[in-house]
Amino acid sequence: MTTTASLAQKLVARAAGRAQVQPGEVVTCRVDLAMFHDSSGPRRLKPMLQELGAQIWDRSKVVLVMDHYVPEADEESRRIVRLARDWAREQALPHVYDSQGICHVVVPQHGHIRPGMFCVGGDSHSSTGGAFGAYMFGIGATEMLGVVVTGEIWLQVPQTLFMRWSGRLADGVSAKDMMLAMIGRFGMNGGQYQAVEYCGEAVAALPMAERMTLCNMAAELGAQVGLVAPDETTRDWLAAHGAPGVDSAPWFSDEDAPGTRYAFDASSLAPQVALPHSPANVRAVDDLEPTRIDVAYIGACTGAKLDDLRAAARVLAGFKIAAGVQLLVAPASVADREAAEREGVMRYLLDAGATLLPSACGACAGYGSAIAEGATVISSTARNFKGRMGAATAQVYLGSPYTVAASALRGRIADAREVLR
Amino acid sequence: MSAGAGRVWRLPPEVDTDQLAPGHTMKHGIERTAGHCLEAVRPDFAAGVRRGDVIVAGAHFGIGSSREQAASVLVHLGLAAVIAPSFSGLYLRNAFNVGLLLLTCPKAGLIDDGEQVGFDARAGRITRASGEALPCHPIPGFLLDMVEAGGLLPQLKKRLETR
Repeated sequence: MTTTASLAQKLVARAAGRAQVQPGEVVTCRVDLAMFHDSSGPRRLKPMLQELGAQIWDRSKVVLVMDHYVPEADEESRRIVRLARDWAREQALPHVYDSQGICHVVVPQHGHIRPGMFCVGGDSHSSTGGAFGAYMFGIGATEMLGVVVTGEIWLQVPQTLFMRWSGRLADGVSAKDMMLAMIGRFGMNGGQYQAVEYCGEAVAALPMAERMTLCNMAAELGAQVGLVAPDETTRDWLAAHGAPGVDSAPWFSDEDAPGTRYAFDASSLAPQVALPHSPANVRAVDDLEPTRIDVAYIGACTGAKLDDLRAAARVLAGFKIAAGVQLLVAPASVADREAAEREGVMRYLLDAGATLLPSACGACAGYGSAIAEGATVISSTARNFKGRMGAATAQVYLGSPYTVAASALRGRIADAREVLR
Repeated sequence: MSAGAGRVWRLPPEVDTDQLAPGHTMKHGIERTAGHCLEAVRPDFAAGVRRGDVIVAGAHFGIGSSREQAASVLVHLGLAAVIAPSFSGLYLRNAFNVGLLLLTCPKAGLIDDGEQVGFDARAGRITRASGEALPCHPIPGFLLDMVEAGGLLPQLKKRLETR
């Protein structure tokens, strides 16, 4: 039996109270943090908790975020959000973020997710937390009920797929392009619900927001978790976001840890685009037929963090978007929007012709303002399933914030490297 | 139930959660979602499905969101099981949690639309109308117990009552 271990194994072993765990075995883990939102959380949990006559196991470990149905567009949305607010008060939840932005961005921005933790979220993009060296994955509402009542969850210890990226990304190429390249290669279930760990010098060079994009889209790889070993970048970011002095030292994969290893070259990576209607339907942007667009959407936990807004502003600064194109910008959190305003980033985007939308899930999940019939869209979001963002006749392409901004400028799907040159 | 028989609805590969439970229905509750279930893939499904029917799909069934309505809607519509060569791992957890049986069957592609098939999860076997047996991957006992109990909620209820 091997004694070397992957980061994923070490994180699971700690949560299971074990010295070590082996891939394939089923263990029970103690949960350090349970996050849910207005759609998956209170409206589902409240009636089930009542049916059981049970209480929340530990309120201090629960975080509630209102991000899916805000701002409330109709009576049904108002009912759902009101229920969440009332329940949060009844339960005296200490950690509630209402209309502050998208859970996967807001929760780390308040220092809740730290290296070594074991966390669950009521949303598939909960894998974003892996960027901080935590084991975090998405679960459904009934499974969340189990966690909220018992503080525990079962897990089959995953194998690790190591995605090693050597070299450095070119200017105008980003974490989103790395993810689309990997999803295109392995497919939407290629992660086989195992752990994906991103490593190598190109990953180590990425700021936290870009690491979050990698781990966020572990969901589109079909992995349970996406992980980046925490380092100085992680510690510095957390210190600036309410969690100073974290210990990242124990949380890395041993050199010869068990797993499957894949190698990629960041230096030669071109911007990638996913064509309708799958994130796995990927081409290099330069291999696309000329594709005219109606809407350019910069939004979601995947593609509208401060760094994403900065990328778009670098492309658009001093220019106007093409006639007939609508550029929609929904910053991932209020904090990101305010920082972008202070830096002048929002000014560049608005002057270029962008329309500012609320910091919420919005069009990404088709919950909020939806995309119209027949529209061709380039989007910085994570999924382009047919009909997800609105009309089934909409053609949704996925790209990086750089690519979305360059496309808004040209009126067709474009390579940001041409603009930045 | 972990064994039974039913009429087959064939579906393509990569059926996603947003096709099973469209986003625009999510705020209205499971009845509304049921009326639109799979409308983009099999427009005849929601109105034509009968209690005890079985879905036989292509690979990677259930990719996408964590919304468990994508599984509970099939329980609501009375599906007895979903058979596919592979499932999204997140969907698999949700399905057993809400009492929906999933059978991973590498040869699911042989089964025809409308065919009557038998299934026995504990024996790890699908039986075609012709009598041909197709093997399924074994399912851990605790998950079979969960699906036979009707999901995690009834299990938790029992556990809390006997505490």
